[in-house]
Amino acid sequence: MAEALLEIDALTKRFGGVMASDAISLALSRGELHALIGPNGAGKTTLIGQLTGEIAPDSGRIRFEARDVTALPVYRRSQIGLARSFQIASLFVEFTALDNVALAVQAHAGHSFRFWRAARCEPELRAPARDALLRVGLAARADVPVTALSHGERRQLEIAMALATRPRLLLLDEPMAGMGPEESARLVETLRQLKGGLTILLVEHDMDAVFALADRISVLVYGRIIASGDPAAIRADAAVREAYLGEQDGVRREGRHEAPHG
Amino acid sequence: MSEWRKDWRHGPWSPRIVVNAGLVTVLALVPVYAAFAGDPFAMTLFSRILIMAIAALSLNLIMGFGGMVSFGHAACLGIGGYAVGILAKEGIGSGFVQWPVAVVASAIYALVVGALCLRTRGVYFIMITLAFAQMVYYVASGLDRYGGDDGLTIYHRSQFGPFDLNNATLFYYLCFALLLASIYLVWRIVNSRFGLVIQGARSNEPRMRAVGFPTFRYRLVCFVIAGALCGLAGALLANHTNFISPAMMHWTRSGDLIVMAVLGGMHAMFGPLIGAMAFLLLEQGLSHVTDYPDLILGPLLLIVAIYVNGGIDGLLGGPRRG
Ligand SMILES: Nc1ncnc2c1ncn2[C@@H]1O[C@H](COP(=O)(O)OP(=O)(O)OP(=O)(O)O)[C@@H](O)[C@H]1O
Ligand SMILES: [Mg+2]
Repeated sequence: MAEALLEIDALTKRFGGVMASDAISLALSRGELHALIGPNGAGKTTLIGQLTGEIAPDSGRIRFEARDVTALPVYRRSQIGLARSFQIASLFVEFTALDNVALAVQAHAGHSFRFWRAARCEPELRAPARDALLRVGLAARADVPVTALSHGERRQLEIAMALATRPRLLLLDEPMAGMGPEESARLVETLRQLKGGLTILLVEHDMDAVFALADRISVLVYGRIIASGDPAAIRADAAVREAYLGEQDGVRREGRHEAPHG
Repeated sequence: MSEWRKDWRHGPWSPRIVVNAGLVTVLALVPVYAAFAGDPFAMTLFSRILIMAIAALSLNLIMGFGGMVSFGHAACLGIGGYAVGILAKEGIGSGFVQWPVAVVASAIYALVVGALCLRTRGVYFIMITLAFAQMVYYVASGLDRYGGDDGLTIYHRSQFGPFDLNNATLFYYLCFALLLASIYLVWRIVNSRFGLVIQGARSNEPRMRAVGFPTFRYRLVCFVIAGALCGLAGALLANHTNFISPAMMHWTRSGDLIVMAVLGGMHAMFGPLIGAMAFLLLEQGLSHVTDYPDLILGPLLLIVAIYVNGGIDGLLGGPRRG
């Protein structure tokens, strides 16, 4: 097995009485697309938050490229190659789509103590940003303000921003939630192209997408990983069927995470 | 470049540009009017407007673009003024010394306050900036050598070689030039990489960090720049009034600055100037009519704040720059 890019070791996080992460241990090898599935409230978003540093774990370690990053601040983790997309789109709503992505590029183009040149005219920021938009299929919407983007487009913009930071590990939190079938299909295609070059942790409720893309799947239930393995093994796993896949038909709810406000 | 031009998409003759150009022209002609009409008070009033516009502009950089609502910005005005007054009293009359000291002292103050309050948000931020300003206010009140509560008269304006700041016209045009230069400076900053970081942090700071920005240091530097610029306004103000006193940094002065910035339009380059002018002219006008101008001014400002999104500048329509 390839060398691990990310190693999670006994990560634990409790919110009051809720065990959001219950001694989670997981290793992602370089280049793999690892899907993380689990019912609502299982702790998937909480796990991603701990990986990026937005949530401090109660205990446990996170190693990225053999380096302990458990105590590293959020921006440092981004700088060393960890990027995430947010389940509920988190954007700069005063700006255009291109501005949003260009900021992500700028964050990784040296320091920003540059006070004079108009940043919106810098090709070294705008060109990579346009590339990222092109990749997610938003090129035609580059100059549209975020407020005028559809919900699905905002989700795509989220991913473009993550890609624009040129990450080594991409953490996607339900990227397809609220996307139309065409947009989802396009995203599956985008992820397929990214696969291999990039390590991806994909949290997703769309099982078709998960089984189409994943090299390995882990199942999280009540903060605990109850199974981890290749798609065929997960499909056959009795505990998984009972805990999760069985009820999936009733639970499936694309669009549940529509942003509450326009 | 095309993207840059899009910021000007409202075209060369949009209402905003016409109004701003008209405003600059009128301000440029004030000394001419004052000379012909024999109205020296116009010079005094409009010099004050220009100076307060610089102060409001500096506040607008942190508040309008950076989302950092400082309720103690007048402290920088006061520190700039006291730097000039204290040095003058101690026999150091050169503006080449006084003004840099004013700017640097205000910047250092902003650095300290910013370092302590930029980790907080919202009401806490407002309260801490206010608390520091109050502290400076009381320190100034206690400086008996420099007039304490009563303040200190400055007998000689800052000396700049052959340029005599006692010449009202020269002083006016100096303020005018410094205001235009400051507006240009802020405009460059706001649209630079640094400026976009500041605006991004106002819009969504957690996202800025997630995308890789150490936001704190950028916001702190922005805070310091605003403090320095306001220190310059303070040096001008001390020269303008020939007088310094703790009153120039009373918390109501900080409130006035906020009102000016909001009134003019927080995301507009000329907003603070428009706001300062509207505020001071109204105040002046109302003081002829009533002993309680605030009773009229207050509700009026409330109406603008509630109903006119983007302040007076917002009335000009179209997308905003910055
Ligand atoms: N900041 C918080 N404070 C308190 N409880 C929290 C917090 N964040 C999450 N939780 C709780 O932790 C548990 C895990 O939440 P999390 O959002 O990680 O689940 P999830 O797997 O992402 O769910 P979903 O599929 O609905 O997105 C839930 O019970 C949730 O209510
Ligand atoms: Mg979630």
